Amino acid sequence: MSSWLDYTINGLIVGNVYALVAVGLALIFGVSRLINFAQGSIYLVGAYIGWVAVVQLHTPLPLTIIVVALAAALVGLIIERFGLRPLQNSARIAPLLATIGISFVLDQIVMLTFSPNPRALPSQLPDVRFQVGNGTIGPLDLLIAGVGLTSALLLFVFLRYSKLGWAVRATAQDRDAAMQMGVDVNRVNQAVFGIAAALGGVSGMLVGMYYNQIDTAMSLQATLKGVVAEVVGGAGNVPGAVVGSLLLGLVESYGVAVFGTSYRNLFAFLLLVLVLVLRPNGLFASARQAPPEPLTGTFIAPSRPVRIPRWALLIAVGGFAILPLFPVSFYVLQTLINAWLLGMLALSLTLVAGTIGQVSLGHAALLAIGAYTSALLSSSFSVPVGLAVIAGGLMSAALGTTLISPSFRLRGHYVSIATLAIGEIVSLVILNWESVTRGPIGISGIPPLSLFGYDLISASSVYWFSFAVMVVLALLQGRLLNSHLGRSFRAIRDDDIAARAYGLSLNRYKSLAFIFGGFAAGVSGAIAAHLYSYINHETFNTQQSILALTVVILGGLGNVVGAVVGSVALVGLPEVFRIAAEYRILIYGIVLLLLVRFRPQGLLGTI
Amino acid sequence: MEQHAHRTETAASGAPMLSVRGLTRRFGGLTAVDAIDLDLAKGELVSIIGPNGAGKTTLFNLVTGHDRPDAGEVRLEGRDITGLSPETLAGQGIARTFQLGRVFGNLSVMDNVLIGAHTRLRAVKPAVPVIGPLLELGLALLRPASVKAEEERLREEVKTILARFGERLLPRIDQPAYSLSYANRRRVEIARALALKPRLLLLDEPTAGMNPTETAEMQALVAELKAQGLTILLIEHKLEMVMRLSDRVMVMDEGKKIAEGAGEDVRNDPKVIEAYLGHGLARSEEQETAA
Repeated sequence: MSSWLDYTINGLIVGNVYALVAVGLALIFGVSRLINFAQGSIYLVGAYIGWVAVVQLHTPLPLTIIVVALAAALVGLIIERFGLRPLQNSARIAPLLATIGISFVLDQIVMLTFSPNPRALPSQLPDVRFQVGNGTIGPLDLLIAGVGLTSALLLFVFLRYSKLGWAVRATAQDRDAAMQMGVDVNRVNQAVFGIAAALGGVSGMLVGMYYNQIDTAMSLQATLKGVVAEVVGGAGNVPGAVVGSLLLGLVESYGVAVFGTSYRNLFAFLLLVLVLVLRPNGLFASARQAPPEPLTGTFIAPSRPVRIPRWALLIAVGGFAILPLFPVSFYVLQTLINAWLLGMLALSLTLVAGTIGQVSLGHAALLAIGAYTSALLSSSFSVPVGLAVIAGGLMSAALGTTLISPSFRLRGHYVSIATLAIGEIVSLVILNWESVTRGPIGISGIPPLSLFGYDLISASSVYWFSFAVMVVLALLQGRLLNSHLGRSFRAIRDDDIAARAYGLSLNRYKSLAFIFGGFAAGVSGAIAAHLYSYINHETFNTQQSILALTVVILGGLGNVVGAVVGSVALVGLPEVFRIAAEYRILIYGIVLLLLVRFRPQGLLGTI
Repeated sequence: MEQHAHRTETAASGAPMLSVRGLTRRFGGLTAVDAIDLDLAKGELVSIIGPNGAGKTTLFNLVTGHDRPDAGEVRLEGRDITGLSPETLAGQGIARTFQLGRVFGNLSVMDNVLIGAHTRLRAVKPAVPVIGPLLELGLALLRPASVKAEEERLREEVKTILARFGERLLPRIDQPAYSLSYANRRRVEIARALALKPRLLLLDEPTAGMNPTETAEMQALVAELKAQGLTILLIEHKLEMVMRLSDRVMVMDEGKKIAEGAGEDVRNDPKVIEAYLGHGLARSEEQETAA
């Protein structure tokens, strides 16, 4: 039985590790107003480079740390140079999407190189514990504390006494002024990304040694924890990030002590949502700050949508509608059913991320809510499947909108963080609320789709059903975009300050967008549940959220036809080219990056 | 901090359109707006001038709810509106334009101006508590005849508003705002403000970045709006325009009101000249307006 002192020490050590990630995030946010979603991937890369160094090259500990720091810094420099610098003059959404894409590409490269199976990363320190009071402390704890303190000291000296450090601080205060005074902002960015990446990489290695295990799921967790710590401390505030990290570490550690390990992340994300709602500028921000400067340029890239003639759309819809009458293989129908289900999710996300500009990274949570609602209603309460699917959509609309509503006052990156966290919270609640969701066992034996008492078993009937639902949702959404709500949503996306000046309440219209979008996503999840007949808390995961986001960018933000075309393309093309499943996510990430760089308006243009 | 509790004449009829008392906003150690008093009678046009950084736009932000004052109060026709949200104030008939221009880049000219009329939507936005938003969603999708008629009426009205700008905007009615020239974007902003049918219009440097011809057009338009009885608060750097249009001029420097009165009196006030010269702006400014 561990003592409270042990939990405190554990909390501080874990907090120290978070601090290494969070300080990097704060530095980057300071100079480029960007939350680097790839920070966790660098942490992952650091952990695996550490594994290579320790297990295969047998480097001594000091050399391991140096190798990891240098290699991670190199990754950071590459990200800055090739991923972000070309986007300096792009719409504000571009760098946000780019770091998301980079993170997926890096994670997948690590996963393909080292396989997703966990590996042991042995600590290179003797396994002894010293008795301190009624707790114990090991050499690794001391090492982590030492690395944390040394990094903080080095960083302080760098920022305070070196010329480049001055430049970093000057850029953080006022980028334009710094540029006019001759500060080379590109060099500042390089320095900051290099330092942030080195800290992140070393942090990943230390965590690997601390738990003696590394796996590819570490990346997302690290990004989330680092971002939580940084936001708690106040975005861009380096000392704040350290305090926020220690606080997060302690909250988690005590939470685990009281409630058990499976609640660890729940506390982290609840802390994040609480801070975002109550003190969006962080715990240490002065109560009132100068209002932000008017932002010039729009959030999304300006473009003209490609006009598709009505007859072409009719022919396409008609063609897909009669497809099952022809001798097509089961495999083709199955692929297209997947495309229609993804299409419903993409319709939802293109409305939320594209039309009203809330780039949601937790959209799979809406699928999960719809799926669980429909599955439980139909299997436990014998509700007819058709009604259960609609109930799934309504539940997703209601619950999803309620959960996301604290983030309505946030902008840009913060919305993405909040939605990512809320997505994780939903998944953790599903995992832990066993009396309702059956916890990790999941729900099996979900009845198949049925309509008016007839089971839809054959591939063609399922195809028609999902295609018809998607077309109806698309038509409704098109009608919505042509109404006063369409222009109101787009006005809020383009400039929420001007929109408020003309009487548009952000809460009201963001709620309406999430209600409409939540319904479409919930219906998609519900149909999927009845098709799979088994779901658990991992069925609807972040990968699906990212896939949907790629679809939306590919089709054109806010573009209804684009969402469907993008879904068919991203589901269909890998099948056509017979790309192995494990490479697909890598390809989605690369597609996302290329689009952001070369065709930000997507195939059919932003609406 | 001065208190003006004794000045609470709230007789609805006699109250000025806008009444500002002791309005103060501090940013850290800097007092951006320092105990400003200002009254605007119905139909009056008052200009605020002053060097850059004098606090003019901050004052606008405080009046329109984009920022909250640390002290003081704002009244609209006698009703206290201090600290209300921008969306509430828009509903009460306050419209504004922005210093750097804030059009909705991806919206067409038509849609930009229709957003201006948003607070006047009735048929599609029933004033029902709690389920009002859901009804709005339903009505937007179903579009009964009343909703269609309202939309059609507003679209016609937008065309009438755009016609006030001659041939500048009408031929571009379906183009996205990002494709417009700078001057046209400013016109769209003003058209959007007019679509609100404002009781009080705040214009923040409507001619910034415009050439002399365009400035003259804008001046004529503002004069026309004033002649129609609209109450206008104007921030403007082009002194000639200010002198021609204003019933009164208020001069701000470092957050404080340093002069107020008729245009010519203010212009010759030594404190005003010093404020401009002290900030090294006066000469270039006068050359600009003399040109």
